Amino acid sequence: MTESGQALALRHVLCLLASLALVTVPHAPRLPWWIGALAAALAAWRAYLGHLRLALPNRWLLLPLAAAATVGVYLHYRTLFGRDAGVALLVVMLALKLLETRSLRDGMLLAFLSYFLIVTNFFYSQSIPTALYMLACTWFITATVVSLHYGRAEPPFTASLRAAGSMLAHAAPLTLAFFLLFPRVQGPLWGLPHDAYAGVSGLSDTMTPGSISNLILSDAVAFRVRFESANPAHRHLYWRGPVMWDFDGRTWSASRFFHSPPEPPQLSGERVAYEITIEPHGKRWLFALDLPAAAPPRALVSSDFQVLSLEPVNQRMRYEMVSYLGSAHGAQERRLALRRALQLPPGSNPRTLEYARALRERFPDDREYINQVLAQFRAQNFLYTLSPALLGEHPVDDFLFRTREGFCEHYASAFVVLMRAAGIPARVVTGYLGGEVNQLGNYIIVRQSDAHAWTEVWLSDRGWVRIDPTAAVSPLRVDAGISAAVPRTDPLPLLVRGDFELLRQLRLTLDLVANAWNQWVLGYTPERQRRFLASVGVSEATWQTLAVALLGITTLIMAGLAVLMLRQIRTRVRDPVRIAYARFCAKLERRGCARRPAEGPADYARRLERLRPDLSAAVNAITRLYIALRYGAGAGPAELAELKRLVRQFTA
Amino acid sequence: MYAALKNRFAAWLFQWRGPESGPIVLVQRRVFILPTRQGYAFAVVLLLMLTGSINYSLGLGFVLTFLLGALGVNAMIYTFRNLANLRVAGGRAQPVFAGDIARFEIHLENPGTAERHAIGLTPDRKEAVYVDVPARGAAAAVVGVAAPRRGWLRPGRITLFTRFPLGLYYAWAYCELDTQCLVYPRPASPGLPLPPASCGAGTGIERGQGQEDFSGLRPYHVGDSPRHIAWKLAARDAGLLTKQFAGQAEAELWLDWARLPPAMGVEERLSHLARWVLDAHAAGLAYGMRLPGETVELAAGDAQRDRCLKALALFESAAPRPATQAMGHD
Repeated sequence: MTESGQALALRHVLCLLASLALVTVPHAPRLPWWIGALAAALAAWRAYLGHLRLALPNRWLLLPLAAAATVGVYLHYRTLFGRDAGVALLVVMLALKLLETRSLRDGMLLAFLSYFLIVTNFFYSQSIPTALYMLACTWFITATVVSLHYGRAEPPFTASLRAAGSMLAHAAPLTLAFFLLFPRVQGPLWGLPHDAYAGVSGLSDTMTPGSISNLILSDAVAFRVRFESANPAHRHLYWRGPVMWDFDGRTWSASRFFHSPPEPPQLSGERVAYEITIEPHGKRWLFALDLPAAAPPRALVSSDFQVLSLEPVNQRMRYEMVSYLGSAHGAQERRLALRRALQLPPGSNPRTLEYARALRERFPDDREYINQVLAQFRAQNFLYTLSPALLGEHPVDDFLFRTREGFCEHYASAFVVLMRAAGIPARVVTGYLGGEVNQLGNYIIVRQSDAHAWTEVWLSDRGWVRIDPTAAVSPLRVDAGISAAVPRTDPLPLLVRGDFELLRQLRLTLDLVANAWNQWVLGYTPERQRRFLASVGVSEATWQTLAVALLGITTLIMAGLAVLMLRQIRTRVRDPVRIAYARFCAKLERRGCARRPAEGPADYARRLERLRPDLSAAVNAITRLYIALRYGAGAGPAELAELKRLVRQFTA
Repeated sequence: MYAALKNRFAAWLFQWRGPESGPIVLVQRRVFILPTRQGYAFAVVLLLMLTGSINYSLGLGFVLTFLLGALGVNAMIYTFRNLANLRVAGGRAQPVFAGDIARFEIHLENPGTAERHAIGLTPDRKEAVYVDVPARGAAAAVVGVAAPRRGWLRPGRITLFTRFPLGLYYAWAYCELDTQCLVYPRPASPGLPLPPASCGAGTGIERGQGQEDFSGLRPYHVGDSPRHIAWKLAARDAGLLTKQFAGQAEAELWLDWARLPPAMGVEERLSHLARWVLDAHAAGLAYGMRLPGETVELAAGDAQRDRCLKALALFESAAPRPATQAMGHD
């Protein structure tokens, strides 16, 4: 294939089809089924036409098809813009373009769009396997482009693959330089479509029985933490998230309005500094240990000590926090807030309210009452399980007096209801508890399966005090983590269970790699870039200095590659016979008897005979040996050595 | 004026220096390179990918964009390497008639260890031939150049180019080889009949009865004996041919400039003479040719034909001309 208008051969069409299929397949489960079917049908049609060397269909057949597909996409997504609809449209149009792909020019366009389709895959996954798969796709597409440009004698596709592979390998240093030094700006450049971050999991701003235990089934990473000094004990690792104030009898919900900033707490207790890399969860919570001392940039701390980002956490981000473990807060809580922390929906869970009133009469002191409730949880054979029985119209009543099995949200919910019914201000706090220490990288992995709910009660002399009713039922949950706490028959994700030591080690190693990947590849933000540059000694890098540095490095790398590549096309004079004769000629040239460009050795020797009769013996010997070695047969290493010796001794 | 300036500029930029003798080595400064339209399209796609990566903060998007960008930049080296350092030498070119295509054989020698793929050669930037040159090997390409006029024809400025391996760049080099092709005058069609043969001095028209020894055929002339016409061949549409016999007197056939109608111009005369030469050769006759100031002695055979045609081709002609040039570049 050499002319841009030249028709594509069948094997090239098939390579292009395969490229397109490779990059589209990961999209297939996310697309409506009919798009996959349409694309496959169009591809099969193109292959069939190419096989039989038939003409491609008329444009007037393809245009209505394109219009119909566009309408179909619109009907499915209710829009033509945005991430999902855009990808669907791109896939359909590329499949249709196949039927218009006649010439080399079309083939190149198709290959370029296949490259583009790779990027759209990164909207959905940027994991290491995805990266490897997409690298393979890039390789294949590049090989296809190379195969399009061979001359008449096209080698087999493996040769194209080899060529493309070495080209991609050559491109690696420059890629690395650009990746590290290309001036990064904080995206987005413009508003993102609303579906840009659909489908991420995490805590929500409401809590119903079962919502957290559903989350527990996911071993997805919520965030990773690196402590500045030693890791605190497991039981201190209460990662504070949404605080729930409002209860409708079944569902707890977080406050929808902003509280005024908190009064500065009296910070006491152990100071810990740490850095959190949080996975995107689409909400605004950032997580911190009790009690966060200050908000990270572009975030604030609410009066109930939730750390809230100004924008939803839609991409992995890093922030640094300082907390004071066990610090008291809220001794001067406002009355309005305290009243809110006492509200219960009228008419729901009547049995619980009745029970609380009765208990409160026996224990008028707040602390004694609290201890009594916790003692009840301990004594009455409550079961901590991931799969509790279903609850009826009055879920707290059902839980306390009938099923008596539940997960942390059941305990927290029931406990707060019991407190509020007794006139003690209380609220539910959700978040994560604990985390897994990765010794390999010395950081803590907090997973969705570490999701937890606990409570805070307000005591007039101390302010808000954390009480974890789950701890009364299952102390192991607090001290050792979820896998130790739930019965072995519960359906925890296999990896969350720590039963298989080898598996666990493997998983931790993989997480270490994944963490490095996140930190350095996916999370290479302007901030990270600044820090990296500072670590190599460039502290105040502007985009101008970066551009100059990039230009210099690019030049260096290109020069290196050019030297490497151009060495392969250089003429190499390695023939010792010619080298020796050239030295002989050079010696004569210095005496003004240069050999003429078109003069053969024998003619030269004859001319020298006339010019310098004194040299005739040596010249003749050298010329005879040279002619024998270069043009004759039967001359061997002995003659070569003789020639070299004569040339060395020759003086004009 | 503008065209002339542009031409001067191109001559300076591309170092056009007229025909060069001996093999031309495509050294670095002879090879030029520019992105192709596909190259620009690729750049646009990369720009889109970069904006998408920034907007959506796609770390892997950056990696892919930079990888492809680096590939695109490096492709310049690959394309350059595919063309540079080739040795180009002109080979033989068989004579052709004016109006035909002269086929110049051009030898490409690759001294390096990297194979060269899809090297294109074009005299006019319209039609191109492609060759692959193996590592430490050579390949020949035949470049067709229109030969509109008789005389010596040079292939002119041949462009060697390549887009391999990715089609993102177009590397090219100009070669003006010191090789030439002889262009004969276009034979007149239809031509005049051959002039009658005159008898050699001192011989009769026919000598003796030795009509048994058949020696060959020649085109029929008015006045030939019907008995000597090769009727069997005539029946096979070979035209009327007269059998010649050994005993026959050697007729002296002179293809004479002066015998052509005086109204004819120079080129027309040459054209008719060329037709006669071909007819006489086809008939296997011995013939001579007389041109003003030049005479080709009586002889027969391929060598005589070539001699005569060459005389016609170079009649009153000056130095070799280059072929018509196509200026500019992509």
